[in-house]
Amino acid sequence: MVRAEPPVTSRPTARQLRLVRRGGQGPGRLVMRYLVVAYVGVLVLVPVLLVGWHTFEHGLSPVWHALTDPDVEHAFEITGIASAISVVLNLVFGVGVSLLLVRSRFFGRRLLSLLIDLPLSVSPVVAGLALILVYGSNGWFGTTLEGWGFQVIYALPGIVLATMFVSLPLVVREVVPVLEEVGIEQEQAATTLGATGRQTFLRITLPSIKWAVAYGVVLALARALGEFGAVKVVTAGGVAGSTQTVTSLVEQRYGNFDQLTAYAASFVLAAIAVLCLVVITIIRPKERR
Amino acid sequence: MVVVTPTAPAVGSRRRHDRESGGLRRGSAVGLGLSLIWLSLIVLIPLAAVAVKSSDNGWSGFWTTLSSPEVAAALRLTIGEALVVTVVNVVMGTLIAWVLVRDDFPGKTIFELVIDVPFALPTIVAGLVLLSMYGPQSPVGLHLANTRVGIFVALLFVTVPFVVRSVEPVLIELDRDAEEAAASLGAGRLTVFRRIVLPNLLPAIAAGAALSFARAVSEYGSLVLLSGNLPFKTQVASVKILSLIESDNPGGAAAVATVLLVVAIVTLIAIDLLQRWAARRA
Repeated sequence: MVRAEPPVTSRPTARQLRLVRRGGQGPGRLVMRYLVVAYVGVLVLVPVLLVGWHTFEHGLSPVWHALTDPDVEHAFEITGIASAISVVLNLVFGVGVSLLLVRSRFFGRRLLSLLIDLPLSVSPVVAGLALILVYGSNGWFGTTLEGWGFQVIYALPGIVLATMFVSLPLVVREVVPVLEEVGIEQEQAATTLGATGRQTFLRITLPSIKWAVAYGVVLALARALGEFGAVKVVTAGGVAGSTQTVTSLVEQRYGNFDQLTAYAASFVLAAIAVLCLVVITIIRPKERR
Repeated sequence: MVVVTPTAPAVGSRRRHDRESGGLRRGSAVGLGLSLIWLSLIVLIPLAAVAVKSSDNGWSGFWTTLSSPEVAAALRLTIGEALVVTVVNVVMGTLIAWVLVRDDFPGKTIFELVIDVPFALPTIVAGLVLLSMYGPQSPVGLHLANTRVGIFVALLFVTVPFVVRSVEPVLIELDRDAEEAAASLGAGRLTVFRRIVLPNLLPAIAAGAALSFARAVSEYGSLVLLSGNLPFKTQVASVKILSLIESDNPGGAAAVATVLLVVAIVTLIAIDLLQRWAARRA
């Protein structure tokens, strides 16, 4: 690594400033760059590309054939519906709670913020177990709900609950910092000019957070589509063609030696995930503004 | 950044002058009530049920489950692997963040995207990805299925972004004046890093490490295919919980789950404290 030679001067030479500004030059910098690129490349990129290769190993038509299997199509349907519902609900909750956390003062605000973050560190299997214990047939609410004819576990509502659980914090975490940055001056100005609360919210607050909301929604969507552990517990792997999500399908098909379908479905999920990432990358500078 | 560092920054620690509105208006009170009900129904009550269920057989039942050889082995393996992975992530994550912020090269945007892939990828797909690379049909002859090394690599895969995304924003905001001053006084680059840059990065590194640890401990989907679920050898806690559920032992599952839950809560509190520490230094 290049060491800045220590001539003891009081002013940095142009060379020394360049060194510090660009984090150094020469072999040290290149070594770090190559090391880092190699690490991420080998650890992440190569295996992901390998899956793409495996998927299309035997051409396009077997993949298409696998993806148009009715069970597979139904799995995508279920996953899509459940994710859409959970994202919309989390969006409403997320924006509402963000406004509360930032614009109001109340006892336990910090605790609430912490509790909202819980799903981020909880294992998905634990989340699934938690939901079963409450909404399952012998669960705290489950017995009552089943009395009303409403089945949650081993059904779509359970899948929605599971995906909502894991993606709950995502919108909040993106919107809160932006709300804090934006401040309340514009809202106050609107109020002094006679705007009602609703008008202020719709025409001042919402537009100021729209990119953060979009960012959070895309994150929540990616998370909901890809959720596996919690959904598996809540649906016990799911019944093919009925309550099986795409992620459960991938595991089941792989276990049944139907590798092609497993890879095909995985490829679609991966492509969607990458797409979400691309969208986020585009949104990011707008969010930072 | 894609990875969500919880409470970035901690609520209430930044920009006090602009916020406010003091007290809870009636509308906000209703909103708060509704939010609390929602949060409770989805998250809090279910998690409480786990803790309650684990006490189904009383304290002794709880400890019996946890100290049973298989469970104890699974917990030891899970926490041990998570710690090692976190250490590696601290080093590599900081390095990656450094290169991302202070270096520039063609393809850097794609590189940034690749780093975020493990976070956005469904865990079962990650499992398949790892299996195709390190499983029986491995093109590089690395057969890590059913081994602890396989678990290590899998956890490394899914936790790549956490330290990087935690450190990156801090590194971007860092004022270079102190570094330049040190260089002008003759400090070598390593010294500048060690004594000027690193202390400022420590809270962010620690927060990223905590996130990485929490994720590694709770990981399931990417391990379910690769680890092989061999008791005492490659069975991690999350897999053990599932097998306890499937063998109709919800009390036992809840006991192990409570341990993981405690780890999750402690991690969150640690991150919150770290972010307050960081905010105070800023």
